[in-house]
Amino acid sequence: MSAFVMPSLGADMEAGTLVEWLKRPGDRVERGDVVAVVDTQKGAIEIEIFEAGVLDRILVQPGEKVPVGTAMATLRSNGAAQEPEPAPPQPPPEAPPEPERPPPEPPPEVPPPEVPPEITPPPEQPPVEVPEPEAKGGVRVRISPAARRRAAALSLDLARLRGTGPEGAVTLADIEAAAVARVSAPPSGRAPGVGFDPAAMRRAIAAAMARSKREIPHYYLTQTVDLRRALTWLEAANRDRPPTERLLPAALFVKATARALRKVPELNGFWEKDAFRPGAGIHIGWAIALRGGGLIAPAIHDADRKSLAELMAALRDLVQRARTGGLKSSELTDPTITVTSLGERGAETVIGIIYPPQVAIVGFGRIVEHPWAVDGALAVRPVVSLSLAADHRASDGHRGGLLLAEIERLLQKPEAL
Amino acid sequence: MTPVRITYRECCRQAIREAILTDPRVFLMGEDVGRYGGCYAVTKGLLEELGEDRIRDTPLSESAFVGAGIGAAMAGMRPIVEIMTCNFSLLALDQILNNAATIPHMSGGQFAVPLVIRMATGAGRQLAAQHSHSLEGWYAHIPGIKVLAPATLEDARHMLKAALADPNPVLIFEHMVLYNMEGELDPTIEAVDIASAKVRRRGQDITLVTYGGSLFKTLDAAAALAQDGIEAEVIDLRSLRPLDVATVVASVAKTRRVVIVDEGWKSGSISAEIGMRIVEEAFFELDAPIGRVCSAEVPMPYAAHLEQAALPQPATIAAAARSLVGPA
Amino acid sequence: MTKVHLDHAHNLHLLKEMIRIRRFEEKCFELYQAQKIRGFLHLYDGEEAVSVGIMQALAPQDAVVATYREHGQAIARGIPMTALMAEMYGRREGCCRGRGGSMHIFDRERRFYGGNAIVGGGLPLAVGVALGDRMQERGSLTACFFGEGAVDEGEFHESLNLANLWRLPVLFACENNLYAMGMRLERAEAEPDIHKKAECYRIPSEVVDGMDVVAVEAAARRAVDSIRAGNGPYFLECRTYRFRAHSMFDAQLYRPKDEIEEWKRKGPIVRFQGWLSENALLHADELERIEVEVAAEVDAAVAFAESGTPEPVEELERFVLMDAVPA
Repeated sequence: MSAFVMPSLGADMEAGTLVEWLKRPGDRVERGDVVAVVDTQKGAIEIEIFEAGVLDRILVQPGEKVPVGTAMATLRSNGAAQEPEPAPPQPPPEAPPEPERPPPEPPPEVPPPEVPPEITPPPEQPPVEVPEPEAKGGVRVRISPAARRRAAALSLDLARLRGTGPEGAVTLADIEAAAVARVSAPPSGRAPGVGFDPAAMRRAIAAAMARSKREIPHYYLTQTVDLRRALTWLEAANRDRPPTERLLPAALFVKATARALRKVPELNGFWEKDAFRPGAGIHIGWAIALRGGGLIAPAIHDADRKSLAELMAALRDLVQRARTGGLKSSELTDPTITVTSLGERGAETVIGIIYPPQVAIVGFGRIVEHPWAVDGALAVRPVVSLSLAADHRASDGHRGGLLLAEIERLLQKPEAL
Repeated sequence: MTPVRITYRECCRQAIREAILTDPRVFLMGEDVGRYGGCYAVTKGLLEELGEDRIRDTPLSESAFVGAGIGAAMAGMRPIVEIMTCNFSLLALDQILNNAATIPHMSGGQFAVPLVIRMATGAGRQLAAQHSHSLEGWYAHIPGIKVLAPATLEDARHMLKAALADPNPVLIFEHMVLYNMEGELDPTIEAVDIASAKVRRRGQDITLVTYGGSLFKTLDAAAALAQDGIEAEVIDLRSLRPLDVATVVASVAKTRRVVIVDEGWKSGSISAEIGMRIVEEAFFELDAPIGRVCSAEVPMPYAAHLEQAALPQPATIAAAARSLVGPA
Repeated sequence: MTKVHLDHAHNLHLLKEMIRIRRFEEKCFELYQAQKIRGFLHLYDGEEAVSVGIMQALAPQDAVVATYREHGQAIARGIPMTALMAEMYGRREGCCRGRGGSMHIFDRERRFYGGNAIVGGGLPLAVGVALGDRMQERGSLTACFFGEGAVDEGEFHESLNLANLWRLPVLFACENNLYAMGMRLERAEAEPDIHKKAECYRIPSEVVDGMDVVAVEAAARRAVDSIRAGNGPYFLECRTYRFRAHSMFDAQLYRPKDEIEEWKRKGPIVRFQGWLSENALLHADELERIEVEVAAEVDAAVAFAESGTPEPVEELERFVLMDAVPA
């Protein structure tokens, strides 16, 4: 027993209406015989059967519209007896009830197909007010994507910014200017130019440091470095220099750190989007404390390639410009690592907090005289405590240790720096 | 090697000549390419030198001779079909889109269509509405073909060879105002690629992206901007399909501002596509909205002042750039 | 002198080829209604003599360009039924990896340049293939099949003109089945004698009884001989009829049923088979053997298609651009 189904006559034919049966139950049919007429959106089409057999039971009556693939009649193979009347099949939902053999009269009432309930659109709702996070007083900030991203990195409060871009949009330049103004504001608190208060700087530092501790898994290494050779060399080198050009230990510290990073490049760069991105060059961020509180660490570009004299000049220049508000935005965004040195009045050891997105911070404490073992005997040497705080996502202690070892080694050969 | 003074037209001509002399599969066919010497005199003298088999004058039957180019390419030749101007290419659009662009994919990779179609394009000579279209952006919408816009002498001289070596249908659009352009051909360039954009002028303040006939207007605009201390970086797209978005994005990452200059009508033009790609790939680099300078949405008028008003000009390009650099 | 060599083997060959096409088309008709074949399907029932007759005159190095009603040409040219059926099932094993379907059959090995869904779109292609072949001195010709509807498209005129202007080896084979979809010939043609249009381009032409496979073969041989002798293109107007609708979803409101029945009575298979039988050139068991073999071939094609695999979606963009011209 097989079924004769409503055929698909076209890609866009979904259903057909049976118009007329041209064969009756009991008729023998051959492959290719036209057995029915079906009405479609294109007109009435005769349909053929593809099996030979005897038409058994009609399942769809003239006038009925059924989807493509619906069984319209059953076919039994030649010679098979007519099957006994089966129990009335479970009617599919929405189909008309299975009729008894209807009298050859008008076709049975075809109940109208169930129409799905009218889908009414939801009533007009007033647009939900989504408060703009940065806006104060409900005003949206016109700001470029680049500026917005940079402001977030600097934890800048957008609401207080005035823009100089097209139609008053806040641009990158405005952000950089705001960042610089924030850190170089005089302690009196009067707002120069852009309108901000010094407490904002404290808040910004707080936000950055808190984020660093929250997100960066720090590990720490320390080393004590004998500076006798370095200081002796410095003294000799400075003998021939005017006071304004005298080299300070800071220059040696920066140069040694920069050169050492060539050997351990995974400490020189940024952690971004779950991956380390090496810095394009070695740009040491030099931590400068500002009067009245506050810290800024602008870049000395390509510190590994500058001579000690150039480095010293750069350090002096940066400190001066940091205190007078003349730093360039690239100097603020370019450091690939930070070096902090407490100088003569600091503690013996400083262990820093990494400035994100950097992955390391190197610290130098105060130079002190300490007992030191030399060839098995006790001596006194000027030493400095050297520390590394590094991002464990980007490096391991072994690599960090290599950096410190290399810094120490370079500081033993100051003439080669 | 001493630099040679040469016109863009002569570069096209030498490219065709060299291709035919070096590859027996290459031939050129199109309207008036032979006896007439080419509508823009590109093929002058080539019929006499290369013969009727290789330089074929066709009847005015764009659909037939473009389709014939497709069939000949499928049968193993490397035809260059010249459609006099892109304005007439509409008559062959069915062959280009439904056959050339489609048969390789539709046949499951059985047939390639290594065909080159060259067309003159653009406006600026008061040829009025039916002879002034810039349809290269339209064609760049179609997968299965490549679309080139040589603007420089070197590209006019060398892009054809690369196009003929490509197994895919390549459309080359030559802006008609460039044919007379004369300059020194760089002798160190012996070949060019047909996929990359090139930075024609370096700058750090704003990126100007353009192609074809608009390149020189854009360079003029850049010179004017430099007077005001705005250094524009000018990118010549060279290929409209595929688009070298990476070069554009690298420039925008540096300058953070961009204006796209396109002689097509603004709506739905290739400038819209480029702008969207920049948004997709360099959104966070942008420090200003993306600007566009395109042709006015009018059928190109005949009167000179109206035509010039409808087209991109150095002044309008510079003004668009200035508006993005902001009230400094 | 062109003669068709009607020995026993050739007779059986002609008959079997037409029956192969007919049974294949009948199976496609059934499978479409069972939703195995989708899209548009244009069946060739009734026109078999045209493809079969013309293919007898072609050589393997010749090229064929056809239309969206190209199953007859494809089968007569030797493209396996398996590849055709799998193509219509959208399988990777189809001749075009399932990319083209019924309307876009391509076969590189047999120089079958499609299947084209644009009426008239293949004529310029055929002119080009002929041009390329001639320039490479292949000694081949291109048979270009199209319906009478195509003669209204500009491409027809452009292509005939160009083909004869350049004396290209093209056999223009017009299958005039009287209906361009629903448009009867007289309602579309100011000049309903199709072959006269070829004369306007000074192309030698013939009108052929497209229901007589022997007449078609004879005319094709005359055409091919002329073309191979370097006389330029040749035009055959083959008068035929399609027994099925234009495509599957067509109520055929535009033609009367009795007209169809009348043409079926003088259909190509009925006529040739009848003629062979009347002249004792065909034995009943030979016919039965043909039918059995063809049925098996068709069934095998369906089984092949049923067990086929879809092309991986990751390959969607493959061949948009080619890396190289296939050797």
